[in-house]
Amino acid sequence: MDIEQIRKDFGSDILDEKILGNEIYFTIKEEAAVRACDHLYHHLGAPLVSIFATDERKKDGCFRIHYVFSSLSSLKDDRTATNVFIIIQINIDEKAPHFRSITPKIPSANWYEREIQDMFCLIPVGHPDPRRLINFEDWPTGLYPLRKDFDITTKAERVQGEYRYRRVEGEGVYEIPVGPVHAGVIEPGHFRFSVAGEPVLNLEIRHFYTHKGVEKLFENMSIDKAVFLAERVSGDNSVAHAVAFCQAVEKIAGMDIPPRAKYIRTILMELERLYNHLGDIAGIATDVAYAFGAAHANFLKEEILQLNEVITGSRLLRGMNAIGGVRRDIGDKKEIILQKLASIKSDFKELMELLFASPSVADRIETTGRIYNDIARELHVVGPAARASGIDRDTRRDYPYAAYAELDFKVPVLKSGDVNARTRVRADEVYESIDIIEQALSRLPDGDIKYVFKEIPDGYALGYTEAPRGEALYWVMIENNRIERCKVRDPSFCNWLAIEYAVLDNIVPDFPIINKSLSLSYSGNDM
Amino acid sequence: MFNILKKTLKTGTVTTDYPEKPDAAPSGFRGKPEILYDKCTSCGKCIAVCPPNVIRLGEGKLSLSYFGCIFCGRCEEVCQEGAIKLTQEYELASSTKDGAMELNERIEKIFGRSLHIREVDAGSCNACEVEVNALSNPVYDIERLGIHIVASPRHADMLLVTGPVTRNMEIALRKTYDATPEPKLVAAMGSCACSGGIFGDTYASGGGVDRFIPVDVYIPGCPPRPQAVIFGLMLALDKLDRKKTPYLNTGTKEVKA
Repeated sequence: MDIEQIRKDFGSDILDEKILGNEIYFTIKEEAAVRACDHLYHHLGAPLVSIFATDERKKDGCFRIHYVFSSLSSLKDDRTATNVFIIIQINIDEKAPHFRSITPKIPSANWYEREIQDMFCLIPVGHPDPRRLINFEDWPTGLYPLRKDFDITTKAERVQGEYRYRRVEGEGVYEIPVGPVHAGVIEPGHFRFSVAGEPVLNLEIRHFYTHKGVEKLFENMSIDKAVFLAERVSGDNSVAHAVAFCQAVEKIAGMDIPPRAKYIRTILMELERLYNHLGDIAGIATDVAYAFGAAHANFLKEEILQLNEVITGSRLLRGMNAIGGVRRDIGDKKEIILQKLASIKSDFKELMELLFASPSVADRIETTGRIYNDIARELHVVGPAARASGIDRDTRRDYPYAAYAELDFKVPVLKSGDVNARTRVRADEVYESIDIIEQALSRLPDGDIKYVFKEIPDGYALGYTEAPRGEALYWVMIENNRIERCKVRDPSFCNWLAIEYAVLDNIVPDFPIINKSLSLSYSGNDM
Repeated sequence: MFNILKKTLKTGTVTTDYPEKPDAAPSGFRGKPEILYDKCTSCGKCIAVCPPNVIRLGEGKLSLSYFGCIFCGRCEEVCQEGAIKLTQEYELASSTKDGAMELNERIEKIFGRSLHIREVDAGSCNACEVEVNALSNPVYDIERLGIHIVASPRHADMLLVTGPVTRNMEIALRKTYDATPEPKLVAAMGSCACSGGIFGDTYASGGGVDRFIPVDVYIPGCPPRPQAVIFGLMLALDKLDRKKTPYLNTGTKEVKA
């Protein structure tokens, strides 16, 4: 990305500019925001990866909105060299609490802008769907949880209100409401299908049932405690979240963690990917009634969970990360890990051969739940779901962190965008993860596992990881050794929007496997 | 077909013997925290670092409620006196928040009884769901104990509730409870469900299941390992029996934590 070019393009709209490592911040005039975002997105091909607001009224007398774009150099070979994040910032006066919506131009901005509306009462003018998102209809107006003057312990009265679903009308069209309490052991959310017979005409999802006030909670916690909260944003992605948070704080502190800790974090993140991918494959096998495959894949997942417990004391790898490194060494468990992974690898290979050879499985997963490449791009779908739709993105390679720059791995990409492709991308990633762990263990550097920190200087930074579901993003702002703002962007926050498209042209009974193949987190999304 | 049979035979039986035989957690597992009072100087360092704030100092004496504990081990890490230890113990389920019950010999008699469970996620982080799903994998296979996970509260004897009960899930939880036929049991699984855990009591988080519906058994852990959940369910089964036959003296021992 040529920064000179951006300076020239934006010209006098730029009020301020700041370069912090691979993050380039441009403060621009509020009225120029739509033009600038549109330019970055459509002309420079930089996807929008997050939008969030901050309440800086006390210090600077205004709110700020931050648009984060990911700018990858176009050539794959030298990707790592010039990959940056470009953050467009605008100031918003408290007396005129609105901004121009970019959703009509950039569809992936949809939920971010509605989130800002609910949490800060900053209104996105011109948003095509200005309904509430996180606060339900029974939440009173006048209370905005992420404003600094909102007390986290406030218990708001329930008020009368109505939420209107999109309606499809016509002869024989009816609605199927599903959830928030589901038939399976999954998280709560509401799905409203409009169908005519079995084919789905429209699906509207309604989430945020599990909204726990996580971002507000971060602001009320000390930095070292907050690592444990990050672990609990999306439980089965504990490591990815904790590492993303730690990396953001470490970046602010200018702290380079010990090499051994980087390798251990890498191993933990790949173990997490392994049990998630195995669980997803088991879930897909369950949903196509391939019971044999489901039982075996679930058993392999359980083997990883047990291995996790042996090496870290926690089946979900919790309590391992801290600011400055990791809390426990795993070097002495090297042989156990290698042995277990070798047996899992050969078991998994046999299982996948049987699974993909089964006509009854192929019949259910091929061409089911297609997400076309252009839809995936417009909605900024991430992770295995994106890679199954022909989008070659992987944070581990594009923005290397922990030890990934020193390790060798492939990023599987398929084109068909159906359940089949998503299953195969995960299956291929299982082998890659095992390979990464083996490499990391063989090159595990000696030395400390954690540097001690006393105080974190004021500042802000992005932390990012490739979670099993895709890129997880944290933007952390520290003031007076406390968390002033922590914006969490779970991969599912991007991918949920895609499910409304994936189910079109499919029948209702295929919804569970489409849902499973996207492996979406409700808790990470709702926070 | 032949290949499927071959792989099945090769894999053999993988199911655990728990709870018939004990199943110790591996070394390094962080279980029930214990305070060694003879070493404790009441310096308060552990109180300051505890993420869910479950360590308290009352009348000069430290107390720790492991119902909201997330078992992170920070207290153990900062205690220079070595006065807090996280033990390997994970069978922590209890029917009250101040006393732990021990599994007694009567449980075996109840083994034949079946229990139908509807799981309700009332805002968990989904870690508890990972473990509830694990209960049905070939290793724990709770169906062998007569425990079934069912699709509707109308078919259930028990609601297994996870999460701190978010504001947005409160109504759905109450409706699910009302839809479950009597006699019914409620198990609160995980630290959030037991007492709010790290999410506490805020504008969005309700601070635990028992503030909304009556709870019969608490299963601490963050998340509890599958064996700990099985232990809690066994405890509840015992209780189910007592509810039906209240005149029976169960002989359950209550041990003060």
